[in-house]
Amino acid sequence: MLLRHTPKEVKERSALTINPAKTCQPIGAMYASLGIHGCLPHSHGSQGCCAYHRSTLTRHYKEPVMAATSSFTEGSSVFGGQANLVQAIDNIFTVYQPEVIAVHTTCLSETIGDDIPQIARKAEADGKIPRGKYVIHANTPSYVGSHVTGFANMTKAMVDYFAASTGKKEDRINIIPGYVEPADMEEIKRMAGRLGIQTILFPDTSNVLNRPQTGKFEMYPRGGVTVDALMGTGDSKATVALGPMASGPAARALDTKCKVPCEILDLPIGLSATDRFVDALRKLGGVHVPDSINLERGQLLDIITDMHQYFYGKKVALVGDPDQLVSLVEFLVSIDMMPVYVVTGTPGKKFESRIRELTREVPHEVKVRAEGDMFLLHQWIKNEPVDLMMGNTYLKYISRDEDIPFVRFGFPILDRIGHAYFPTVGYRGGMRLLEKILDALLDRQDRDAPEERFELVM
Amino acid sequence: MSSICEEKLNLEEETEGVDPEVLKKELLEKYPTKVARKRAKQIVVNKLASCSEGLEIGANVRTTPGIITQRGCTYAGCKGVILGPTRDIVNITHGPIGCGFYSWLTRRNQTRPPTENDENFMTYCFSTDMQDKDIVFGGEKKLKAAIQEAYDLFKPKAISIFSTCPVGLIGDDVHAVAREMREALGINVFGFSCEGYKGVSQSAGHHIANNGIFTHVVGLDDSVKEGKYKINLLGEYNIGGDAFEIDRVLEKCGITVVSTFSGNSTYDQFANAHTADLNTVMCHRSINYVAEMMEEKFGIPWIKINFIGAEATAKSLRKIAHYFQDQELSDRVEAVIAEEMPEILKVREEVRPRCQGKTAMLFVGGSRAHHYQELFKEMGMKTISAGYEFAHRDDYEGRKVLPTIKVDADSRNIEELEVTPDPERFRPRKSPEELERLAQEGFEFKDYEGMMRDMDNQALVIDDISQYETEKLLEIYKPSIFCAGIKEKYVVQKQGIPLKQLHSYDYGGPYAGFKGAVNFYQEIDRMVNSKVWNSLKAPWQKSPELSAKYACD
Repeated sequence: MLLRHTPKEVKERSALTINPAKTCQPIGAMYASLGIHGCLPHSHGSQGCCAYHRSTLTRHYKEPVMAATSSFTEGSSVFGGQANLVQAIDNIFTVYQPEVIAVHTTCLSETIGDDIPQIARKAEADGKIPRGKYVIHANTPSYVGSHVTGFANMTKAMVDYFAASTGKKEDRINIIPGYVEPADMEEIKRMAGRLGIQTILFPDTSNVLNRPQTGKFEMYPRGGVTVDALMGTGDSKATVALGPMASGPAARALDTKCKVPCEILDLPIGLSATDRFVDALRKLGGVHVPDSINLERGQLLDIITDMHQYFYGKKVALVGDPDQLVSLVEFLVSIDMMPVYVVTGTPGKKFESRIRELTREVPHEVKVRAEGDMFLLHQWIKNEPVDLMMGNTYLKYISRDEDIPFVRFGFPILDRIGHAYFPTVGYRGGMRLLEKILDALLDRQDRDAPEERFELVM
Repeated sequence: MSSICEEKLNLEEETEGVDPEVLKKELLEKYPTKVARKRAKQIVVNKLASCSEGLEIGANVRTTPGIITQRGCTYAGCKGVILGPTRDIVNITHGPIGCGFYSWLTRRNQTRPPTENDENFMTYCFSTDMQDKDIVFGGEKKLKAAIQEAYDLFKPKAISIFSTCPVGLIGDDVHAVAREMREALGINVFGFSCEGYKGVSQSAGHHIANNGIFTHVVGLDDSVKEGKYKINLLGEYNIGGDAFEIDRVLEKCGITVVSTFSGNSTYDQFANAHTADLNTVMCHRSINYVAEMMEEKFGIPWIKINFIGAEATAKSLRKIAHYFQDQELSDRVEAVIAEEMPEILKVREEVRPRCQGKTAMLFVGGSRAHHYQELFKEMGMKTISAGYEFAHRDDYEGRKVLPTIKVDADSRNIEELEVTPDPERFRPRKSPEELERLAQEGFEFKDYEGMMRDMDNQALVIDDISQYETEKLLEIYKPSIFCAGIKEKYVVQKQGIPLKQLHSYDYGGPYAGFKGAVNFYQEIDRMVNSKVWNSLKAPWQKSPELSAKYACD
């Protein structure tokens, strides 16, 4: 057994986290920064933070992940990191020539109390920031929130630093896609395009973290939202923020700063959440939903009706991030699956009440935990097993030990490909999710069926 | 008369006339003056050993902020590298969640508990997940509670604590907590002050880990293991099963491994390590401290060995046999080599025609960038440029330069333990006469000659290579293969050049020992001869002109 020491008996722990279901803010900030065109993320802390975040993102995407670090030493930890950051800014603009440096802090620089805007002003005064280039920042202390918080904070920084209103509203809608994959961002743009709506999507990691093999490495790939577009978000007529936790703060900041009204929606994962997304876009954009979107919706619905018998009553354990889990739980409940264990490592009490509300009619006890960990989830499973697990790659250890089918979903996925290229949002994303769920469940049925009940047609 | 030292030979053919001195200038031009001055010391055009007088490389110095580096931190070196591979210690990361999360199972240290009932905590990640209130009010209470909870759940032999950056800043005394909990629980509990900001790279973390394991564990168990030729294997982390293959070969030779630091290791092995009669050092950089201290305290001599490469493996086995001065062992070693070699030579001859003359670059680690040159050489490939990520000067230039290395502020921060002979356990393994005789036979104790000696004249040696320099090297040298880590992997491959990860082995391996050599030959053959690289251009990109013919017809 891989996790041989996990006992069945659950004892509450107050201090020890085992097998976490979250990671720290800076990696989320780094990911968001990569969604700005021509941006080099910068980690203001020890080298290890940057190395760890780059490694994890690289393993997840199998793509180059460029970022720099302030390379703190013991001295900078005592005297502050100003000299390091000013020098870093100089070196980065000289050697790597980005349009934007997006600085995020770490537990180290936050504990010291480095004031990034003040340091950036110093760099500017010293002539280290070339004309027309930008240094933006987000405070992302690792001891608050999770990687989702870091993503939210850096996305908000894009608004704080760039959004401007000229007073003339444009007929276009901002979409903040949330902490989703490049393929999801692409899909959201495609759907908006089908509706005939002009959009600015930020951050946008499509064609950054799912870019083609061309035989030529480009430090700054074609994708990413441009600084001009970010400035233009202040003139858009509305913002649709997908995922309250990851996108809410930026959307609200844009409302406050530039009077762009926002609608904060759940991530469009599954039928109903996608319906709400399309409906919101339709109303805000004053457009008709084209047949092509209706077709996709109908196809998703068709899979559900065709295969309902395999979903019905299946118990599912889920681990992941709040925005994703809320929509996923809603989707699974809507196809009569039973999400019985739902765990996120990210703190936030709202999550638990939201999941309870969504699972009210599930004919089974539902255990839900924010600030939980995978050790706890495993213990629950040991007490009552499930038919399916969904979550990041680390679930594979539980999956193997307990012999439970497993669909990879969320962050990080270190051992499979697909998430960068094929969406799980929108109707088509829903179709993909169902395909994956069915593959896992039916492969298991095929594996375990007695010979006489081995089915040709399913 | 021009001496060989001034000639630019060896590499001419492979590098298509690139003058490394000119290239070095070009690399430096891009940097601000101060950075260029610093980097200039870390980029060296190699000279043959006989001409290398005065050739010195800058190493183990700070990375300039903003220069995109491969390097990680002290925590990564201590928890990730050295202590990570030990399966039965509960390793608790004291800090916010990230550090524990990122070092959770990501280094591919394989382990094989003998039975289902043996302990294995390597699949677990333990963290105090510090929150803002812990940063403000101190985290010692939470750490204590976490240790108690870990003990209550798992009843392990030992618990260790790894400090992350904020721990040092807020002044949590992890060692005091460890002492208190050791007394309270009656098991070994020890802490590491391996905050990420210490030192200049992972290397500082290796040193801190060496000190900790030496102070708190080595020497606790005096029971003597069966075996005629007993060694410790130091600096072998069992990535991809390397240590398993080395164990197989050693066992076949009749050599007993008392402990491995730290691949596939257990707490008890460390505690018992001082009963071995020889320390063999694989990765000099990460573990030489333990080797040195064990010699001082227990009288165990150490030698540098290398099990990467079939020839190097044979050589290392012979060296171990030589040390023991026993004909029976020597005969057995020769028999094992004779038995293993035919298969190796067969595969080598198979791949050689396809690999001969191709070029490699290696920028990784503190020993691998050197060791793996052996394997490339065996395949007929040439290493045209190499460097380490976190090594010191001695790993480049050999231990002879140790007395001349200036101890800077960053190194001074890392404790040097005062070690004296153990009154009961110190036992010289060789008499002065035996040592003298071995020396006369050319046997080298506690020596490592470094990477540069084994590299060609004019090869470019670069310490702590930056992203910019990496891109430049690819563009100018166009090597057949580049070896580095995960962060560099797709940068290089996007450039149309295969990258072999030499930290994680791209989830393959083992590459050590005899079987490992075969695996490596086949893997590199696959990579440098992959057909995929011919498909980079679509037909219409190769000849974009449209032919007007059909339209006219």
